[in-house]
Amino acid sequence: MASLKELKGRINSVKSTQKITKAKQMVAAAKLRKAQAAAESARPYAARLAEVMGSLASKITVSENSPKLLAGTGSDQVHLLVVANSDKGLCGAFNSNIVKAARLKAKELEAQGKTVLFYLVGRKGRAVIKREYPKQIAHMFDTSDVRDPGFNEAEKIADELVAMYEDGKFDIAHLFYSKFRSALVQEPTCQQIIPVPAPTGGVAADSEAVTEYEPEEEEILAALLPRYLKTQIFGALLENAASEQGASMTAMDNATRNAGDLINKLTIQYNRSRQAAITTELVEIIAGAEAL
Amino acid sequence: MALHFELVTPAKLVRSEDVHMVVVPGTEGEFGVLAGHAPFMSTIADGALKIYKTENGAPEEITITGGFAEVGDAGLTVLAEHVEG
Repeated sequence: MASLKELKGRINSVKSTQKITKAKQMVAAAKLRKAQAAAESARPYAARLAEVMGSLASKITVSENSPKLLAGTGSDQVHLLVVANSDKGLCGAFNSNIVKAARLKAKELEAQGKTVLFYLVGRKGRAVIKREYPKQIAHMFDTSDVRDPGFNEAEKIADELVAMYEDGKFDIAHLFYSKFRSALVQEPTCQQIIPVPAPTGGVAADSEAVTEYEPEEEEILAALLPRYLKTQIFGALLENAASEQGASMTAMDNATRNAGDLINKLTIQYNRSRQAAITTELVEIIAGAEAL
Repeated sequence: MALHFELVTPAKLVRSEDVHMVVVPGTEGEFGVLAGHAPFMSTIADGALKIYKTENGAPEEITITGGFAEVGDAGLTVLAEHVEG
């Protein structure tokens, strides 16, 4: 049986832990709203661009002369896994879920005899992948010096990816991030980003009016592909940010509740042992008085 | 007749309004878009977008980089990566 003083110390320490988790929960709730709004306001651009890409792609045929970003390198030997994580912890299984999805894919690809490389975004998740694939990390993109990864970061990532792609460092790139379903549900998602999967939909919507292109369709498409890539990565970063806050909120809510339960249990134990001590003292006094 | 004009960046919808005319700095030369323009698609050179709210008014200028313009039945949509001003 722990002494009274020990119990009191433990109750206090759990109480301060609860304060931290509660504060983090409230911060996450506020940030979640902001992240959701950011994801919301990025949607028109992505939708428009996808529409334009769709109508362009339906007009040209993919051939050897098509931009490499669309047609691919003609081989599928080297796969690059772009894993987007967060920079901060205290968000439950958010990061480990993404890393788990990436590792599964890596195992699957390696079983097929492909080469797997990693491109890591964000600070968390580095350690795990580094331990398992120490020689296969192509690059680690640091986002810890900015508050919220925004379009500038997406741009830099996309530029680096395109440069690597053009140097022939990889053939196919997959992007791993967490899709935001709700504050309770985040879905680790794998998406092929290079070569750009031909956008579907938007087919022959403008069949009656012939659209003029300036410059030619192919040139526009070539100019748009990197932009489309940026938008995809930007969208993923935003989804990730919202998911992180959602996961953090849920995890911290659970932690706060657990801490509350623990405090109740410890308090009961504390009171019991205090009463036991008083009873023992009384028994001793009465026994002493009777002996006289 | 007014032209419906939208300026969209990845971060947000910057403008969505009815204007008289917009002059867009296309990669192959500037072009003005009035209401009822034929369907048209062009990439945009980095430069200033001139928005004429009324026929004789002074234009409002918005500097954009990394842009793309689409003219359809719904009006003019400019997608730009960065917008200043």
